[in-house]
Amino acid sequence: MNFTRQHELIRKLAREFAEAELTPEILDKVEETAEFPKEILDKMAAAGFFGIKIPKELGGAGADTVAYVIVMEEIARVSAVASLYVSSPNSLSGGPLQLSGTPEQLEKYLRPVVTGEKILAFALTEPGAGSDAGGMTSTAVEDGDYYVLNGRKTFITMAPLADFAVVYAKTDMSKGSRGISAFIVDMKQEGVSCGKAEHKMGLIGCATSDIILENVRVHKSDMLGEINKGFTNAMKTLDVGRIGVAAQSIGVAQAALDEAIKYAKDRKQFGRKIADFQAISFMIAEMATKLKAAKHLVYDAAYLKDTNQNASMAASMAKYYASEVCNEICAKSLQIHGGYGYTKEYRIERLYRDCRVFTIYEGTSQVQQMVIAGQLLKK
Amino acid sequence: MNILVCVKQVPDTTEVKIDPVKGTLIRDGVPSILNPDDANALEAALSIKNKNPDTQISVITMGPPQADEMLRECLSMGADHAYLLSDRAFGGADTCATSTTIAAGIKKVGNIDLILAGRQAIDGDTAQVGPQVAQRLDLPVVTYVQDIQLENGKVKVQRQLEDGYEVIEVQTPCLLTAVKELNKPRYMSIYQIMEAFEKNITVWNHEDVELDPADCGLNASPTQVFRSFTPEPKGKGEMLAGDTKEMAKTLVTKLKEKHIL
Repeated sequence: MNFTRQHELIRKLAREFAEAELTPEILDKVEETAEFPKEILDKMAAAGFFGIKIPKELGGAGADTVAYVIVMEEIARVSAVASLYVSSPNSLSGGPLQLSGTPEQLEKYLRPVVTGEKILAFALTEPGAGSDAGGMTSTAVEDGDYYVLNGRKTFITMAPLADFAVVYAKTDMSKGSRGISAFIVDMKQEGVSCGKAEHKMGLIGCATSDIILENVRVHKSDMLGEINKGFTNAMKTLDVGRIGVAAQSIGVAQAALDEAIKYAKDRKQFGRKIADFQAISFMIAEMATKLKAAKHLVYDAAYLKDTNQNASMAASMAKYYASEVCNEICAKSLQIHGGYGYTKEYRIERLYRDCRVFTIYEGTSQVQQMVIAGQLLKK
Repeated sequence: MNILVCVKQVPDTTEVKIDPVKGTLIRDGVPSILNPDDANALEAALSIKNKNPDTQISVITMGPPQADEMLRECLSMGADHAYLLSDRAFGGADTCATSTTIAAGIKKVGNIDLILAGRQAIDGDTAQVGPQVAQRLDLPVVTYVQDIQLENGKVKVQRQLEDGYEVIEVQTPCLLTAVKELNKPRYMSIYQIMEAFEKNITVWNHEDVELDPADCGLNASPTQVFRSFTPEPKGKGEMLAGDTKEMAKTLVTKLKEKHIL
C-alpha cells in the first residue's frame, strides 16, 4: 500500500477528527438517543468528508477513492455509524447522481449534499426485492410531464432524515430489470411518507425506515438518466460503492483488534496477563494477519478504481473478505474479553453489533461471491 | 493585511519515550507535529482572515527539508504562503541564532503588518524565540496573548497573567505570542489538503536571507546543551466531568474495567 503525502495528511485529519470529536461520551449518547449530533455533521461537512471524491466543480474536494477509503477507515475505527454519514454522499446516494445526473440535477441535488445542507437517500430495496433488486414492484407511470410513483421501499438508510431520495421504480413492467428507471424524489412531497424507524441491532444513530410512495408526482426533469436505464445506474453505483463497506470493515476490525490487544495486556488470570497465554496471543496474531490481508484487498480495489481499471471484481473481493474477516475479528476480540465483552460497558460489545450488517448490506457476502464467480467463469 | 506566523515542527512529546539506559529521548519513529502553541497562532491569523478576506497569511519556519510536511499542514489549514529556511549552516542553532535566522527570513518576506508566534515549543519550552525575533526586527512584542482585537493600525490584546490578564494596546507592526487559551485551532480540510500540494513552498538558504554563516547555527549560538533528560512520567490522570451521579457511574465503570471492583 503506497500512499501519497496528500493521503497521509488526509489520514491525519480523519484520525484527529474522529478521536477528538467522536468521544466515548458522545457515542454513548448516540446509542442512547439514536440521534447523531448535527454539530458533528456540520464539522464533517466543513472538513470536506461529504465530498471527498466529488469533483471540485460540484463543490467536492476532487480527491480519489484511496482518500475516500482512508477517511472511511479512520472514522469507522472510532464510530461505524459516523462513517455511514460519510459513505452516503460520496457513494451510495451521491453515486447515482454523479453517474447519470444532468448539470442542473447535480447543481440542485448533489451540491447541497456535499456541503451538508441536505441529506440524500438511496432507495432500491423493497420488501420482496433484496438481493434480487430486479424483482421490484414499485411503479412509475407516465402522465403528461410527470411520472406517478407508487410502491414501498424498505431498509432505506437515512430515509427519515432525508430531504431527497433516489428512487428506483418500474417504468415498464414487462421488461424486468430492463424496465427500471431512477427518479429524484423530494421527501416532503405529497404522497411520500416514511415507515417507523427500524429497531436495528447496530449502527444506531442513523435511522433506517421504509419509504412509502402513494401517487407521488415526479416531474420528468427529475428522472435520473435515461428511461429504463435505472438498473444499470443502481448496479454501477453498488459495483464500486461496496469499497466503502469494505473500508468500514477494516476500520471496525482495527478497533476490535486494538481493544483485544489492550484488554489482553491488562487482564490477569492465573497470576499473569492473559496475553501471555498462547491461546490468546495466537488469536491476536491471526486477527492482525487477516486484517492486514483485508486492508491490502480494500486499498487494491480503490487503486484499480483510481487508475480507471476494472475494479468490479476487486471491490467484491474486498467487500466479501473484509466484512467476513471483520465479523471474525470482532467475535474473537469479544471472546478475549470474556464475560466483560458481553456487557455494554466495553466497546467491543458495540463493535460486535455494528459490524454484523457489513456482510449483509450493499450486497451480501453471497452476492459478492456470485459477482466474483460470475466474472471468473464467464470467460 | 499581511500576517506572518512563525511555526516549528516538533516531535510529538506525548509519544516520546526515554531510553532507560542512556537517559536520552528516543526520537525514532516518533511522529513530528506542528507545535501546538503555533497552531493557536495560526488559528488567530486564520480567524482574522475570515473577517477580513483580503488578508494574506504566510507561515515561516527554520528546519530540515522534512519541515515541508508541517508547512503543507499549515497550508491545509488555510495559510496562503509558506517559507522554509533550510541550510546546513542553520544547524545546531540555539534560540539566539534561530531568531537571527527567522528575523532575516521575515525581512526578506517583507511588508508584514502582524507577526504571530506560539508562546513556546513543546520540545524546548524556552519561550524565547518569539520575543527575540521582535527584538531583532525592532518591533514591539506582547507575550502570552489570550485575545486579539484589531483596531485601525493597532491591536488590543489580553496578556495572560497567573491570576488574571492585562489589556494592552499595541501599534502595528508588532509581534504577539499565543497561548492555547487564545482559540481552538481548526482542522485541515480535504479541500485545502488537495490545494496545499499545488502550492509552492519557498526554500531559502543563508545566502537568500543575506546572512553570513558565522552569524547562524552553531557558530552563533552562545548556549549549548550538555545533557537533556525527562523526569519519569507519572501516569496520565483523567478528570471526570458532569454531575456527581454521572461521575460516580463513570468511576465505577472505570474501576470495573480495571477489575478493581
